[in-house]
Amino acid sequence: MTHRPLKILIIDENAVRAAILEEGLREAGGGEQADDAVVIHHIRDTVKLLPRIASIDPDVILIDLENPSRDTLEQMFQVSRLARRPIAMFVDKSDSATVQAAVDAGVSAYIVDGLRKERVKPILDVTISRFHAFDRLQTELHQAKSALEERKVIDQAKGILMKQRSLSEDDAYVLLRRTAMNQNRKIADLARSLVAAAALLNPGDAND
Amino acid sequence: MTDRIAAAFVPLVDCAVLVAAREQGFAAAEGIDLELVKEPSWASLRDHLNLGYVDCAHALAPLPIASTLGVGHVQVDCIVPFVLGRGGNAITVSTQLFSEMQDAAHGAALDSPIAAGKALASAVAKRAAPPTLGMVFPFSSHNFDLRYWLAAFGVHPDRDVRLVAIPPPLMVESLRAGHVDGFCVGEPWNSLAVAEGLGRIVATKSQLMPHGVEKVLAVRAPVERDGERLGKLLRALAAAAEWADDAANHTELARVLASPGYLDAPADLLEAVLRGRLALGGGRVADDPSFIYFHKHAANVPRAEDALWIYAQMLRWGHLQPSAAAQLAAANVFRADLLRRYVGVHAAAPAPSMPFDGIAFDPRDIKGYLERFDVYTRFVETPAAEL
Repeated sequence: MTHRPLKILIIDENAVRAAILEEGLREAGGGEQADDAVVIHHIRDTVKLLPRIASIDPDVILIDLENPSRDTLEQMFQVSRLARRPIAMFVDKSDSATVQAAVDAGVSAYIVDGLRKERVKPILDVTISRFHAFDRLQTELHQAKSALEERKVIDQAKGILMKQRSLSEDDAYVLLRRTAMNQNRKIADLARSLVAAAALLNPGDAND
Repeated sequence: MTDRIAAAFVPLVDCAVLVAAREQGFAAAEGIDLELVKEPSWASLRDHLNLGYVDCAHALAPLPIASTLGVGHVQVDCIVPFVLGRGGNAITVSTQLFSEMQDAAHGAALDSPIAAGKALASAVAKRAAPPTLGMVFPFSSHNFDLRYWLAAFGVHPDRDVRLVAIPPPLMVESLRAGHVDGFCVGEPWNSLAVAEGLGRIVATKSQLMPHGVEKVLAVRAPVERDGERLGKLLRALAAAAEWADDAANHTELARVLASPGYLDAPADLLEAVLRGRLALGGGRVADDPSFIYFHKHAANVPRAEDALWIYAQMLRWGHLQPSAAAQLAAANVFRADLLRRYVGVHAAAPAPSMPFDGIAFDPRDIKGYLERFDVYTRFVETPAAEL
């Protein structure tokens, strides 16, 4: 039995996450002729949502669970005379593991009534795994940023020690590291306090 | 031993009882560690409650009824053992729409919901395009109050205006951006719109539906097995509600609610709301001690009559088809018996409630009551697609 491709609408203000999800869904959809072929649309901002959704006429809508536009969406589905009214995925209580996994990942989905479960499940699985992948990416990005910030504050602290105690750069770092170890603190934390204290005592130094 | 209870809330003045229970020590006194989880939307709050991510929620009164009836979403049995607040909503229109209403009224003062409603009806008739009005959720008293008010003046809420649901914290921004021409929302979002010169308050819930139920504590059913834990929570909430209603505590309550973790709004504005002295715009100030309240007039008792009023509104606007089973199920969501069992009998009689149009609600004859309105929307079944 052949199907027409499923139309999937992603509503996400975050273009990076939407792109990651779109890529995943395309990979999963094996081409125009395949049973699981998909056509993907992405709406970024939520102005004039209803006419845009009506013109796309999606089978599945994927949206971040915490997106405030969900209230707007649900009300539209409640009152609109759209020919095909999507309903929340949670309506299908038979697959509670998927629902649980979706909520944990922060995914919510609206699916037109009558769409078979075998066609929805792979889409949800991809969405859940791509949301997790995006979260990991965010975490890594955040870690890279804070590593950069730590290096900068340690450099500043070294500069202060070099100037005030006439130390070489290496000796300044050794002093920082030893003090941090003795106080059972992270070097970056110690460096931050040192820079802050220097800014109080000698407003010129910390800005070097 | 301390019991952890997680409650979801949306930032609104009427989450005050939950906040006071936590911050003023009423929960701790009952041995409860009350964790409050802020939600970005009502859909998110409902999902977290229905799937068990929180134990209970600060909910729009119609929400647990819609959940129990399986309207608009998955069917989940919920109960309401406690009313968290009555009143507290208002209808605000943009300064532009307000001036259209003034023109339509030929200079008559728009100082009552009736004068404002008539003016709005003539302004809507003169407009090239219907105005867009915001409310917070399909299953909210805001939706029902706004519809009731519009319909009373012949404005059909599904034809003559566009209604759109927007979470409360985004309401003021939507008015500023011109996405909506007005809205019905809980405080402080009306007062904030007025304070920023974006709109005028033209009616309050306390004028439209005096003493009307607003936010409730929603809990997934059944609760009997976990009764003692619920009992502790209800006693903490009753004590917190009494404290929150006392005018002597309004300054402190406003200060706590103002913090970024809760409402993130100016404390003086919140205090004015709690005292019922909110600025309406154009120099007018309300003076209504029952604008919002949490305890007096037996406010906390979830009366079956309150639930049936909501059920009747759902019928009026085509959310579902009438049936004896649905009516009974709706009435049984509101469980005054639990409050009686765990907190004790409330001696105070409820305040008599008469809507602004003088059409009294009759819970014993809902069909007859609904026949008194000629503006309504029929229930339409959506056929399922075959895919």
